[in-house]
Amino acid sequence: MSVLSNVARWFADPTHWSGPDGIPQRLAEHVQISAESVAIGALIALPIGIALGHYGRFGNLAINISNVGRALPSFGVLVIAFQVFGLGSLPILVALVALAIPPMITNSYVGLREVDADVKEAARGMGYRELARLGRVEFPLAVTLVMAGIRTSAVQVVATATLAALIAGGGFGRYVIDGFAQQDYTKLFAGAVLVAVLAMATELSLSAVERLLVPRGIRLQRTAGAQRATTFKTA
Amino acid sequence: MASGCFLDYVDPWVNWTWLSTHVPLFWDALQQHIALTAFAVIGGLVLSLPLGVAAHQWPSLRNPVLAVFGVIYTIPSLALFALLVPYTGLGVVTAEAGLIGYTVLILVRNLLVGLESVPQDVIDAADGMGYRPFARLVRVELPLALPAIFAGVRIATVTTIGLVTITALIGLGGLGQLIYKGLIENFHTPLVVATVLSIALALVVDLALIGVERLAVPWSRGTAG
Repeated sequence: MSVLSNVARWFADPTHWSGPDGIPQRLAEHVQISAESVAIGALIALPIGIALGHYGRFGNLAINISNVGRALPSFGVLVIAFQVFGLGSLPILVALVALAIPPMITNSYVGLREVDADVKEAARGMGYRELARLGRVEFPLAVTLVMAGIRTSAVQVVATATLAALIAGGGFGRYVIDGFAQQDYTKLFAGAVLVAVLAMATELSLSAVERLLVPRGIRLQRTAGAQRATTFKTA
Repeated sequence: MASGCFLDYVDPWVNWTWLSTHVPLFWDALQQHIALTAFAVIGGLVLSLPLGVAAHQWPSLRNPVLAVFGVIYTIPSLALFALLVPYTGLGVVTAEAGLIGYTVLILVRNLLVGLESVPQDVIDAADGMGYRPFARLVRVELPLALPAIFAGVRIATVTTIGLVTITALIGLGGLGQLIYKGLIENFHTPLVVATVLSIALALVVDLALIGVERLAVPWSRGTAG
């Protein structure tokens, strides 16, 4: 149990809570690069997934995106981006965006695809135009899975951002990678705890947002998005 | 990025001459990659079959099982390996403990979906024919759950093939070793070839599993995971 007491002492040490290698600074770096990547990824992926699901075409494309997305080794993608773009946050951003896209396309596609054909027909019969149908009928019914896609992406991006420390990125991965390099198992363990807590916090907070956004009527009749979502884990 | 700029030499993405003389390096890495993946998926199946069946049999177990493995699944792999290192050291035990932890969630979840999709009529018919619960499970319910189980095995396998690369940081890695080599030596060829091989391995194994599923479950049409 000496590992745990060393780790507790590491966390209690005030020098680990300030300065450029302090926990607040590393947290800010980790959250910032992750949030930017998820936001850019969402701007690219959600329109594609929603359009594919709404028109119900190119279903194979959506499925292939999910298969390839799952097969991408995040480690390789990060290092290749580093070789292409050099030092800095650009390669990290590019790699994280690339990994954020597939879960969002797949889940929003499935969400819109699953909207009951009768409901769409009824909306058409009531005189809804296409955009109104999409925005006021199909999207609210699909929002559980759209959000589940964003949550899956965000958890993945937070996980992969840890690896970014290998290509000179910041964030909590710094402690883990430096811990490995310096064979400082206390730092390694403390960093791993921070990374795990951050991933968990991302998962829980986005699940809470998901619950707020889902219309009450749908929440009552359907199983939770978490159990229907297509899972991804590449880091 | 021109890495060898001092020598006025531009490292190509793939140096075919170097590659042609280093095929055994890639072959060994590929074999290790396949072994690590196979062990993680088979280990995951061995654990998740009793867990999934128990969670199906006793619904009060369902949520705790899914919650525990859901938490493990959420932990980034590098962090999970790092949390295990002080106890299980750098190496195979740590890598497999982490990878199996991830496959269990995928497999249990799909097993539950499969078992829950067995129609009540079928269960009543099996009961009426005099099947005892265990025989009914093995000869009626599990075969009907096979398509969902296969979907789980495919997702678990493809996911694990990607995650194995990260075990390079704890001294294994399969193809990940060569990605790591490419990173520290600033050498494109192993990095690019290993990444492409890892993606190709995942896609080929996925197709092979679809083929196995067609043979094992001829009544289902390989539903995409």
